[in-house]
Amino acid sequence: MRKFFKKLKPKWIFFGIVSSLYIVLLFLNFSLFRDALEQFARLLRQVLPVFGIVFIFMVLSDLLFKTKKIIKFLGEKSGITGWIVVVIGGVLSMGPIYAWYPLLSDLKEKGMKDSLVATFLYNRAIKPALLPMMIYYFGLPFAIVLSFYMIIFSVINGILVGRFAKIK
Amino acid sequence: MKRKRIWKKIKKANIIKSCLKALNSFRQIAPIFFGLILLISFSLAVIPDSFYRKIFTGNNFLDVILGALFGSVAAGNAITSYIIGGELVERGVSIIAVTAFILTWVTVGLVQLPAEILMLGKKFAISRNIVSFFMAITVAILTILTLSFI
Repeated sequence: MRKFFKKLKPKWIFFGIVSSLYIVLLFLNFSLFRDALEQFARLLRQVLPVFGIVFIFMVLSDLLFKTKKIIKFLGEKSGITGWIVVVIGGVLSMGPIYAWYPLLSDLKEKGMKDSLVATFLYNRAIKPALLPMMIYYFGLPFAIVLSFYMIIFSVINGILVGRFAKIK
Repeated sequence: MKRKRIWKKIKKANIIKSCLKALNSFRQIAPIFFGLILLISFSLAVIPDSFYRKIFTGNNFLDVILGALFGSVAAGNAITSYIIGGELVERGVSIIAVTAFILTWVTVGLVQLPAEILMLGKKFAISRNIVSFFMAITVAILTILTLSFI
């Protein structure tokens, strides 16, 4: 039994724990279990199209950008170009944050630096498509000022995370 | 000219090989991905939106921290955070607290943390979430300070 758990990869342990949460819920509170499953179906419908886009990006990045190019644009010596690429990429990317983990993990393996990954993820908070909604609830000045600070702080966030991630 | 060059490059490379590679990446992350969506669905079902309206105290300092904390735990679409945030402001919750709440809602993800650790690394995921938490409070304060001068 111990050997079995040792062999089991963390990702399957994670999946197992979450699944068992549902099994417990099924016996304890069926209506909550049904609600959770409905939410699951709704989220899946929302995320799958984004996964399609991420898949296309992954194929294209594999075809067009070899490791050398990724290191040049997003690696340690990418300079200002790297920051501009991730800020624009983060703002334009759509869907939930976790849909982009596979692509980022792939790019990270190929040499994308931690600080740029963090900046990309932080900029996912600014969504041009959602700006009208933000303006409706909080007003235009709020939306402009917040977006401005978010872009500036995304770079600071990237620099800090890059430094912390290096600490042994 | 440029387009032709790119097309040539794509043709030369093996498209099927790249598709299979991407598919393999998705296969690798499938348990994390489904586990994560199940976990988010669970939290959405267990924590109703009305819960967030009850947590604020009226104390600006405490509320900004509470806003950031609950935004970090919450999961869901950014639009939901705007709707809840808008309602909170109408009910008299300070705009700084609401700003911290909507910022951590999008930039910090305690529910997504296990998946982020597995895919992007433990040190990276933990430091990114901690830095983003404190940054959300800073950005919230700066935003409201700036707006008060406009």
